[in-house]
Amino acid sequence: MKKLLFMFGLLLSLTVQANEDVHLDKAPINPSNLPSLQRGAKVFVNYCLNCHSATSMRYNRLKDIGLTDEQIKANLLFAGEKVGETMQVGMKPRDAKAWFGAPPPDLSVIARSRTPDWLYTYLRGFYRDETRPTGWNNVAFANVGMPHALWELQGEQHLQVQETKDIEGNAVVSHHLVLAKPGKMAPAEYDAMVADLVNYLTFMAEPAKSKRLQLGIIVLLALAFFFMIAFALKKEFWKDVH
Amino acid sequence: MNKYLTCALNWVDERFPLTANWKAHLSEYYAPKNFNFWYYFGSLAMLVLVLQIVTGIFLTMHYKPDAALAFASVEYIMRDVSWGWLIRYMHSTGASMFFVVVYLHMFRGLLYGSYRNPRELIWLFGVAIFLCLMGEAFFGYLLPWGQMSYWGAQVIVNLFATIPFVGPDVAEWLRGDYLVSDATLNRFFAFHVIALPLVLLGLVAAHIIALHEVGSNNPDGIEIKKNKDPVTGIPLDGIPFHPYYTVKDIVGVAVFLIVFSAIVFFAPEMGGYFLEANNFVPADPLKTPAHIAPVWYFTPYYSILRAVPPLFNSQFPGVVAMGLSVMIFAALPWLDKSPVKSIRYRGAQYKGWLAAFVVSFLILGYLGTEPSNVWGQFGANVPLLGGADRATVVARMLTVVYFLFFALMPWYTKRDKTKPVPERVTG
Repeated sequence: MKKLLFMFGLLLSLTVQANEDVHLDKAPINPSNLPSLQRGAKVFVNYCLNCHSATSMRYNRLKDIGLTDEQIKANLLFAGEKVGETMQVGMKPRDAKAWFGAPPPDLSVIARSRTPDWLYTYLRGFYRDETRPTGWNNVAFANVGMPHALWELQGEQHLQVQETKDIEGNAVVSHHLVLAKPGKMAPAEYDAMVADLVNYLTFMAEPAKSKRLQLGIIVLLALAFFFMIAFALKKEFWKDVH
Repeated sequence: MNKYLTCALNWVDERFPLTANWKAHLSEYYAPKNFNFWYYFGSLAMLVLVLQIVTGIFLTMHYKPDAALAFASVEYIMRDVSWGWLIRYMHSTGASMFFVVVYLHMFRGLLYGSYRNPRELIWLFGVAIFLCLMGEAFFGYLLPWGQMSYWGAQVIVNLFATIPFVGPDVAEWLRGDYLVSDATLNRFFAFHVIALPLVLLGLVAAHIIALHEVGSNNPDGIEIKKNKDPVTGIPLDGIPFHPYYTVKDIVGVAVFLIVFSAIVFFAPEMGGYFLEANNFVPADPLKTPAHIAPVWYFTPYYSILRAVPPLFNSQFPGVVAMGLSVMIFAALPWLDKSPVKSIRYRGAQYKGWLAAFVVSFLILGYLGTEPSNVWGQFGANVPLLGGADRATVVARMLTVVYFLFFALMPWYTKRDKTKPVPERVTG
């Protein structure tokens, strides 16, 4: 019974914290830009796929973004995987839980659950926070368990909290990320790389999407034709009713 | 007709009433000639039923009803099964479109009094179909084993746990475990793919047999069988279902398929209303999502559930209200005391109440998709309501309107000023 009341409590009260108001930057992604997708795939395999799996994604599905089996084998397979295998990681979930507090989520459909804009904001939103066990925190995901895997590239950001007053004299707190230590990439370069990565993650979340959109146009045209025939047929038959 | 075909047909007819059935249900089933837009949704509901069954069969070939495999098997269908993504999107879109079509079909019944004598049984079978459909949708929604699947099922099963005394045992019996788990997934799969579809098909057959026994209603609410040709015995305002309504319904099918395909190919998630973002996260019994909302077609009832305040710390009254809000449709044939059937000849009172009901249903539906603080709170200086969630107060008032539409119906339909009904159908 207590559990039950707890459930209803959740139902009725947890909804309060439903909307986290995080400003999301629009992800500048283009699913038909194959070079961007290929660069994104490379970043994904090099940086993400060490901890995060994508167990629904087969390496050879990368042929959809213009790679050949040989290119995939030469550039993206490091541990003797076969090109038809799915993207697994060696890390045991139990170890992961001990190291990060929670096992890193599988990223197969992360762009569908999180949206590309969120991912784009998140991957650019890490900042130094010595109170966290990993030394990192994130503006889009408060107290996230993941350390900043791309810090070498981006450098170190700090969160600047500014208190200003609006016209009516109320205190307004605003947060800004400032680059304290530059990384290997210039900020614009880093943003472009994250955009490629998010572009890839979005592709990976639904590889059939481009086919779906293409086919949709044909199907709708065919149905429009079918409608015209059906309509003419109906009109012909109904002549003698009216 | 070809000599051999006639011969073959005779052979069958001597053993099975093929021609007789063809005539009784199609070529010599006389339907009123004045069906309008609202009369497409019956045949479209049948179309969606067939679509769901066919796509469902193919999904079953690849889906794994196992808590450890279910989520991944759905993604396997989306990626590795040939045309799997299309079949899956057709099925998920079909679920929502089934409710769109059925809601419009039911609304047609309200508009033209299709539930009135002699069609009470058709209506009752229809209500049973609706209940069955809700069960089917609920059981099916657990199968992708995402976070919303899991927690949605958890919430709904817990509704049964609010039943005084026996509730928790009932909920445990339904789940087959202490929480929603592999056992629950397995039995929901069984209900979804065999038990309820069987019942559904039987009820649909009963619905149509009952309809063809008494004949279809029409937008004027006039019985066309009262005006028959004295020589042929055919209703003067009737036309054979086939070919007239078969060709007409095909036009409806074409338009429906255009809308359906537009969703399947260009917006299968329908902005999160048909496929929720959170359901792309695998079910996690240890992580409750911040906001649990049912799929859109359940939200009016969910709103009613939330609107009713708890009594003695129990949500049971809300659960009863929710159950009643669906079941009450069954009472319509006996609540409506109007001398006319169709809205065309009804007075202002019924029209006003129907409008209030529709508005309540829609706003309750919207509120059910949102957290209850969506409209903020009343200021502390507002008497009685100070501090209360605005949306909750509105939902309470609309819940009252929802039930008054039914509860007061015997009075306002009797007192309403109706217009004279013509002898023959118009338009």
